Amino acid sequence: MAKEKFEDALEKLEDIVKKMESGDMPLDEALKSFEEGIKIIRFCSSKLEETQRRVEMLLGKEDSLQVKRFEGEDDCG
Amino acid sequence: MNEILTVTQLNNNIKFLLEETFESVLVEGEVSNLRRPQSGHVYFTLKDDKSQIKAVFFHKFGTYQRRTTFELEEGLKVLCRARLNVYLPRGEYQLVVESVEPLGVGALQKAFEQLKARLFAEGLFDERHKKTIPFMPERIGVITSPTGAVIKDILNITKRRFPVADILIAPVRVQGNEAAPEIIQALRNLQSHGDVDVIVIARGGGSLEDIAPFNDEALAREIFRSSIPVVSAVGHETDFTICDFVADLRAPTPSAAAELIVPEWVELITKIDILKQRMMAGLGRRLKDTRDRIAGLQDRLKDPRRFLINLKINLDDLKERLKLAFHHERQNLYNELGQLQLRLMHQSPSKKVSERKILLDNMQKDLFNNFAGRLTALKERLQKDSAVLESLSPLGVLQRGYSITRSAASGMIIRQSADLSVGEDVNIQLARGNFNAKIEKISQE
Repeated sequence: MAKEKFEDALEKLEDIVKKMESGDMPLDEALKSFEEGIKIIRFCSSKLEETQRRVEMLLGKEDSLQVKRFEGEDDCG
Repeated sequence: MNEILTVTQLNNNIKFLLEETFESVLVEGEVSNLRRPQSGHVYFTLKDDKSQIKAVFFHKFGTYQRRTTFELEEGLKVLCRARLNVYLPRGEYQLVVESVEPLGVGALQKAFEQLKARLFAEGLFDERHKKTIPFMPERIGVITSPTGAVIKDILNITKRRFPVADILIAPVRVQGNEAAPEIIQALRNLQSHGDVDVIVIARGGGSLEDIAPFNDEALAREIFRSSIPVVSAVGHETDFTICDFVADLRAPTPSAAAELIVPEWVELITKIDILKQRMMAGLGRRLKDTRDRIAGLQDRLKDPRRFLINLKINLDDLKERLKLAFHHERQNLYNELGQLQLRLMHQSPSKKVSERKILLDNMQKDLFNNFAGRLTALKERLQKDSAVLESLSPLGVLQRGYSITRSAASGMIIRQSADLSVGEDVNIQLARGNFNAKIEKISQE
């Protein structure tokens, strides 16, 4: 699940940063980690910068459920 | 009053009297001898510390089911609304209870506590059954009234904190008899069609009667069964519902639930940004360190003469130290030699030789003296002895004309003629010279 990945990715990023800051990483490994870190940042940022949220309502009976836009959303700013 | 009555007549009179008088009474007491036969009626004895009365709760009135949500318990103190009934065949009377309420706490509260204890015992509240609430949900299901402050609060807070998660509202009534079944249905709908990551069941606070649907046993079991994590947000801080206990997470209020289920968007963005900067800085430092190291190595690689100079300095140093050490050693040896010479001089034999010489001289002197003395003494003794000797010498006697006759054969001095035989040769010594003679005749004296 993507949502789980986000938290894992964030943890991984923190890990990478800590290792890179410690300074005992060989240069080629540091470069590799940097590339991976950038990838994670792109992934996380994309998750956070998705389009505006939708607010909907689940209506109807069990066998004829439908999703409708929630009208009250505008009142909520 | 002297009329004779049958038992039936008497009991009938008592029945009329009692049932008329105690048509509706409020009695408080403690429940004991509680029995529930298959009939569904409930029999018990109501008692205090001095007396007791039989009581029955008839199923047919439906009052037990409808008007009391809690279960009667042995020892429970209750207040009963009842009428008195006389059972003619036995001549016994009992209370027919129409409604009962626990004393001390209210009926709803009692029912709540009983259900809570039961579900707890079943393990529905166990931590190990709690599902993890996703860190960053993409779609959130909200079961609540579509109108009112609660949904507004949730929408506002989630929007402010994390404006990228979708919200799917499953509208329900949150009060009254229909509320619990509707919420149960909404839970099922969200699970089957909602595609949500987390479900919030929300309602503002209220009285125990108001929040009764959230103490519904069927709802509790539905929440327990849910495959999607459920957050309960019913009532205010201090009110707990069965829903709260069985849910995977309990929020004190709907607003708090909104805060709990979504992360702070700004915080996340900031965090990622900071991590990015730290990572860049880390790599930058790493690169600079490497550059510095290379530069340093290059520097050291540039001039091998520095090495030679170092070696030369080292060599000179060693030379100097060697020289010093040598001087030092030589001096030491000289000193030692001087000491030995001095000691040798003290040990010189010439001194001893002269000493011995003196000793020898003395000894020589002593020897001479001694010897000369002894010689003189011996000389004197010799002169004395020779004078004596001279006086005793046979030569002297011989001078005076005596001679000495010896046997020529044995050399023995002949002192008497008996020692001689005729014809024997003898030697006669005179003072001067000697001659041999032959014995011719021996004359006896």
